[in-house]
Amino acid sequence: MLEITNLHVKAGGREILKGVDLRVNAGEVHSIMGPNGSGKSTLAQVLAGRETYEVTAGKVTYQGRNLLEMAPEERACEGLFMAFQYPVEIPGVGNTYFLKAALNAIRKARGLEELDAMDFLTLAKEKMTRLEVDDRLLTRSVNEGFSGGEKKRNEIFQMAVLEPRLAILDETDSGLDIDALRIVAAGVNSLRSPERAILVVTHYQRLLNYIVPDFVHVLVDGRIVKSGGKELALELEAKGYAWVEGEARAAAPATA
Amino acid sequence: MREGRQTVTAVVHEVDRYRESFARLEAGAAAKGWAWFQPVRRDAMARFADLGFPTVRDEDWRFTNVAPIAQTAFAPAPDWGITPAPRDLVPFEFPGLAGSRLVFVNGRYAAGLSSLGPLPAGVTVTSLAQAFPAHPDLLQAHLARYAEYHQDAFTALNTAFVEDGAFVSVRRGTVLEEPIHLLYVSTQTPAPVITHPRNLIVAGEDSQVTVVEDYVSLGDGVGFSNAVTEAVVGQNSVLSHYLIERESPQAFNVSTLRLHQGRSSSVTSHAVLLGGALVRNNVHPVLAGEGGDCLINGLFLATGRQHVDNYMKVEHASPHCGSRQFYNGILDGQSHGVFHGRIIVHKDAQKTDAKQTNRNLLLSEDAQIDTKPQLEIYADDVKCTHGATIGQIDEDAIFYLRSRGIPKESARGLLLFAFAGESLQRMKVEAIRTHLEALVAQWLPQGAPLEDVR
Repeated sequence: MLEITNLHVKAGGREILKGVDLRVNAGEVHSIMGPNGSGKSTLAQVLAGRETYEVTAGKVTYQGRNLLEMAPEERACEGLFMAFQYPVEIPGVGNTYFLKAALNAIRKARGLEELDAMDFLTLAKEKMTRLEVDDRLLTRSVNEGFSGGEKKRNEIFQMAVLEPRLAILDETDSGLDIDALRIVAAGVNSLRSPERAILVVTHYQRLLNYIVPDFVHVLVDGRIVKSGGKELALELEAKGYAWVEGEARAAAPATA
Repeated sequence: MREGRQTVTAVVHEVDRYRESFARLEAGAAAKGWAWFQPVRRDAMARFADLGFPTVRDEDWRFTNVAPIAQTAFAPAPDWGITPAPRDLVPFEFPGLAGSRLVFVNGRYAAGLSSLGPLPAGVTVTSLAQAFPAHPDLLQAHLARYAEYHQDAFTALNTAFVEDGAFVSVRRGTVLEEPIHLLYVSTQTPAPVITHPRNLIVAGEDSQVTVVEDYVSLGDGVGFSNAVTEAVVGQNSVLSHYLIERESPQAFNVSTLRLHQGRSSSVTSHAVLLGGALVRNNVHPVLAGEGGDCLINGLFLATGRQHVDNYMKVEHASPHCGSRQFYNGILDGQSHGVFHGRIIVHKDAQKTDAKQTNRNLLLSEDAQIDTKPQLEIYADDVKCTHGATIGQIDEDAIFYLRSRGIPKESARGLLLFAFAGESLQRMKVEAIRTHLEALVAQWLPQGAPLEDVR
């Protein structure tokens, strides 16, 4: 579904990703872990189409197409979704209007009929109940005045409504209490299916107790330095990032 | 030295043009039963001749050069003229609004195009020209008693040349639910025409009334609407006023709204400014009685080389009054916007609560905004706050919307519409708000939503 090859990315003149390789197949859940500043969020943002980053080398193929040539809205219409680490507040734009416009843009791209206000509301209410999201969220402006936890839940709620093929969670777990974490995890797990893939970007192992990944990758200084199964996350938790950072440093002269 | 002398000559010349037409008007108007008003007229003309057109050296006109107005040889509106067909005015109707509509064509009341709905007893809606003989007491008590023709050249000019406008009077204890729509139509004329619409609104004690002043053009003529509205808002009464400027991109418009507020009265002034080449919007409430409040809310949108100047002068003259100013501007192209927000708190106006917010979005590199708060506080127990922002459209928000599948242009339109919506949602008359939302959506770049985005 997603194939990243030798991806190099610069931001503000500084190289942040220094050759990332990653292959994600349909039905798989991958987790990308790494210390602060390792480039995790940059990877997520580049995949979503953020234009402030400059791809200097490498390629990204998504469902057989060159992802890097697609506009952010085109990526969304092709089933890519990123849950933001810092969701943006948009005063004056109602959550309902926003999400209905988004869903209908995506449905249109998929050749489906657009939903009217009633059908949309029925769908939204159903997802809200399942995700234990307060339905007052619908009457408020997008993320305006939401608490950190509300913003993250709103991301997961949007994901549930838009039903992406590839979901990227950018540190969705950061700053969440255990209740919110369970809800986020339940939302993600309900999306798991053989047709879909999920990429969980996180700093902490905690979320992976609830969303059990098939693969764990450790990103250090712009490179994936270690990959493994779900037990790698536990090992990281026990030994800390210093362990892989140390290994990476030891390995670096050899690969250089 | 030579240059200085030439400038003086030019100023005299600009004023002289008006002297000549004033002499003709004075002779004609006296015959129409306006005799008692003639001294006011002459006084105003003398003031205008003294003041001359303001220049950018005048603090109140620092950001607006009115030379294009001063230098144009406007003619008074001809007596004959093109009367628009009723269908020409259909685009300016508010669907769902049933109230009375007075139509003025090039400044003169057009009875044939106007429609007066059934009005409750105690409500008078008529043209000012008709009100002169019919309601001399009210006119003598109020006309030209509030608008400052001694200080302001455009008000002086209007007062000197008054011929017509609207007269709305609501008797004590009377509520008029349907808004009154005053439609000022400028038609295409062979030479640039100047009109001086003059409106007088008298809202008695415990009354309620809504008035919409709407300036439109048929064709692309260069006209100058120099309007003055005086509203006397009695004790405990409620006035809502809307100003809509949607004249041609060649038009000049100076509108002055002077509000005189009695005890515990409540006024809302809404403005939506989209049209005109050079527009000056003066809003001047005086909170004369204790416990009054006013909401001054506006939205200005400009593009091309449009110039829109909003000059607010909120005077707190009594204790325990509140005022709220909210103006949002969106400027594109090489347009120039101005927000000048004066708040004057007089010595005895203790417990004043005044707030002012001006927010601006610049959509292009060449668009410009000057925003200036000016607080003059002579009382010691007051709360006055002001704030202004100037910014670009939020790229993070654009990316957020796009990442959810919304195309770039729609995302921009959506954000601009939301920004404009802050102003529009304060407008409580649904039929008017809906119509204005559609106007704003048309103005915005392609992709702006036409439905409620909140």
